[in-house]
Amino acid sequence: MASTFSTPATKLIQPPSLNFSPTPTTNRTSRSPIKSLFHPLKNHNHKLRLNKCNSAPSHGQSTTVVAVSDTVKKPKSTPTLPNLLITKEEGLELYEDMILGRYFEDMCAQMYYRGKMFGFVHLYNGQEAVSTGFIKLLKQQDSVVSTYRDHVHALSKGVPARAVMSELFGRTTGCCRGQGGSMHMFSKEHNLLGGFAFIGEGIPVATGAAFTSKYRREVLKEDDCDHVSVAFFGDGTANNGQFFECLNMAALWKLPIVFVVENNLWAIGMSHLRATSVPEIWKKGPAFGMPGVHVDGMDVLKVREVAKEAINRARRGEGPTLVECETYRFRGHSLADPDELRDPSEKSHYATRDPITALKKYMFDNNLVSEAELKAIEKKIDELVEEAVEFADSSPHPPRTQLLENVFADPRGFGIGPDGKYRCEDPKFTEGTAHV
Amino acid sequence: MAVVFQAIGADTALSSTNLFVSKRTHFSYRQSLPERKTSVCAVRSNGISFSGLNSRGRKAEPLITNAVATKAESPTASAASKPGHELLLYEALREGLDEEMERDPTVWVLGEDVGHYGGSYKVTKGLAEKYGDLRVLDTPICENSFTGMAIGAAMNGLRPIIEGMNMGFLLLAFNQISNNCGMLHYTSGGQFTIPVVIRGPGGVGRHLGPEHSQRLESYFQSIPGIQMVACSTPYNAKGLMKAAIRSKNPVIFFEHVLLYNIKERIPDEEYVLNLEEAEMVRPGEQVTILTYSRMRYHVMQAAQTLVNKGYDPEVIDIRSLKPFDLYTIGNSVKKTHKVLIVEECMQTGGIGASLMAAIDENFHDYLDARIVCLSSQNVPTPYPGKLEEQTLVQPPKIVTAVEQLCASTGSCQ
Repeated sequence: MASTFSTPATKLIQPPSLNFSPTPTTNRTSRSPIKSLFHPLKNHNHKLRLNKCNSAPSHGQSTTVVAVSDTVKKPKSTPTLPNLLITKEEGLELYEDMILGRYFEDMCAQMYYRGKMFGFVHLYNGQEAVSTGFIKLLKQQDSVVSTYRDHVHALSKGVPARAVMSELFGRTTGCCRGQGGSMHMFSKEHNLLGGFAFIGEGIPVATGAAFTSKYRREVLKEDDCDHVSVAFFGDGTANNGQFFECLNMAALWKLPIVFVVENNLWAIGMSHLRATSVPEIWKKGPAFGMPGVHVDGMDVLKVREVAKEAINRARRGEGPTLVECETYRFRGHSLADPDELRDPSEKSHYATRDPITALKKYMFDNNLVSEAELKAIEKKIDELVEEAVEFADSSPHPPRTQLLENVFADPRGFGIGPDGKYRCEDPKFTEGTAHV
Repeated sequence: MAVVFQAIGADTALSSTNLFVSKRTHFSYRQSLPERKTSVCAVRSNGISFSGLNSRGRKAEPLITNAVATKAESPTASAASKPGHELLLYEALREGLDEEMERDPTVWVLGEDVGHYGGSYKVTKGLAEKYGDLRVLDTPICENSFTGMAIGAAMNGLRPIIEGMNMGFLLLAFNQISNNCGMLHYTSGGQFTIPVVIRGPGGVGRHLGPEHSQRLESYFQSIPGIQMVACSTPYNAKGLMKAAIRSKNPVIFFEHVLLYNIKERIPDEEYVLNLEEAEMVRPGEQVTILTYSRMRYHVMQAAQTLVNKGYDPEVIDIRSLKPFDLYTIGNSVKKTHKVLIVEECMQTGGIGASLMAAIDENFHDYLDARIVCLSSQNVPTPYPGKLEEQTLVQPPKIVTAVEQLCASTGSCQ
């Protein structure tokens, strides 16, 4: 019944080095008795279903509960053959997006060590499946909120590579005029709402974007407004208050939002298991009245299947979903992180599960693409990234005049000076040398 | 408590009308009224250009009058000039909210108990019935997250008004207010505006204890990208509220727990005040007293005593806590050469401290004496009434300070 979620998604593979005793939850595909409570045909009242969902833990059947809450509607016709998961076009699109993410991040590392970008730069290598799997299903009006590890989310959402690279170089042609930098990617055109340095800070913003969607539909009577909001954050954030507060509000008001946990097992040097009393983050969804799903975040097709369901659920107005993607970052936390704490065997294990290699293998196995087509994509992306670097390198640095702009949307906020004029009317203001 | 304040207002009104019969002030009073009308109507429309604002003609006016609302003389005096209607401060706030919500469907209110309960200080009473549960949203108790949610909504085109049930609770929202509210517009390179209003009652009440008696204006003042205003009368409460809602900038709107029942007559027609301007409460010649929020009433009470003793203080309600209106303040300093700041903030790092620095930096040469700043003591507000009183600046202290200030410069009347 729940094969959309259970068959491809629900294998919890434990990395060898973790001190984590396997629980019966590894056997996710087994049907637990409690599942009958979740049968959608039995309960027509959606609210009732959610209550049952909530009451599940109190029945004491904790570890045998299926990872997926079957409150998610299931299409009647299930794909029975794996190679129906994507078409050739879709496969190429996914491949291109992941290659773009990978090559871009590798270029960032190079540029950083050459002194072209500065500060804290957090790279996404290894996690591309999550970004591609989710964001490629979104429309332009859907919102994405990310953390400081946001370059690839920006690229997947459609922000041009040259705009992101310029932003990293701190040039005026960057997506935020160079003012944000690596950790603050924003794009109004592509509805990328950030780019936040503090963890957890973006989740309420995503909740607000989802609220706006509901508001537009119900108050402003824009009936066709079905915009969805997707919030990406890490395992460390799942212990933060804002996470739980937003899970509550989103479920309470049935906001069209998907909470995506990119569980890469490490928050800088803090192992997820050392920081969390209940490491299964997906379990925290049902506690708030929404489905909690666990998916293999190194497999873009599995992520995509889960994402489809979660996003469509939100679009239909059925409320939020919590998706935990088990993933891994190949590099350190940031370019300043020596990455000495993680076990090499863990790293090598996940290297064998590289999402790009996995997709490639899948497409070859199913005769979807040829080697030449993939090589062509790789070449194209190579050139794109090179061009982005050239563009960024040749872009101007922000002039002094940019210093005081955009502090206020209405610059009268700088107040009235001693001479009776608004400070922003002072010619030195536009020169950036005014004293405010 | 409400009666006391009304009495204070009334006393000041009567005595000031008696006193200000001097020709000059009469001239200024009469001239101030049309001036006020022009200024009020001219400001805060989104389409107005800056040149329009300059053409208020401030520089052409004599020094005493200025374009801000000079309801200096008395509520009764303004009542005599135009009818209007009488209401309490919290009702004035509600009127402002109601009018703006009616005018713009993207304006909505959120906070704890703002909807069905009507607001813990009744500011939003009746609004949920009128506008629905989504536009007047009862939130769970999660300040940081619902403030962040409002900011996310603002980025997407709505205009939320966040209520902190007590300003002190907004300490929990400091993350969102500082990082996102204040800085997002800049960090995003100007792509997203955050037109939120964060409002709530703060200040020292009666026996509310240390945590409910906090003054957050001093904590927020360093955040770049936000504006802060403090209302003190029904007239400026409504006007500033409307201005704050219409502003594209994030505005933190400070109300005071003890001022909600101040009664005043306000105009029937629509008016919007200027967020960045100070208010001339009582023109004078001898000493400049700068204050805001509740301390305005303590100052007026002291001014009464001072006037009886023959002094002539000029009282300015700065209203805009960030940024300071250095024009009104500067003109006053240039006239009187003596400054006394009376505030409710803590002494350390309060609004008064910043104001002292700003005045000294800009008008040092005009000062005959050092700036005196009377603030609350650096003490958590105690529960017992007598001790609580002593943490604040009381009128006798203000009187003494003025007397000393005048004596020190040898400029007694």
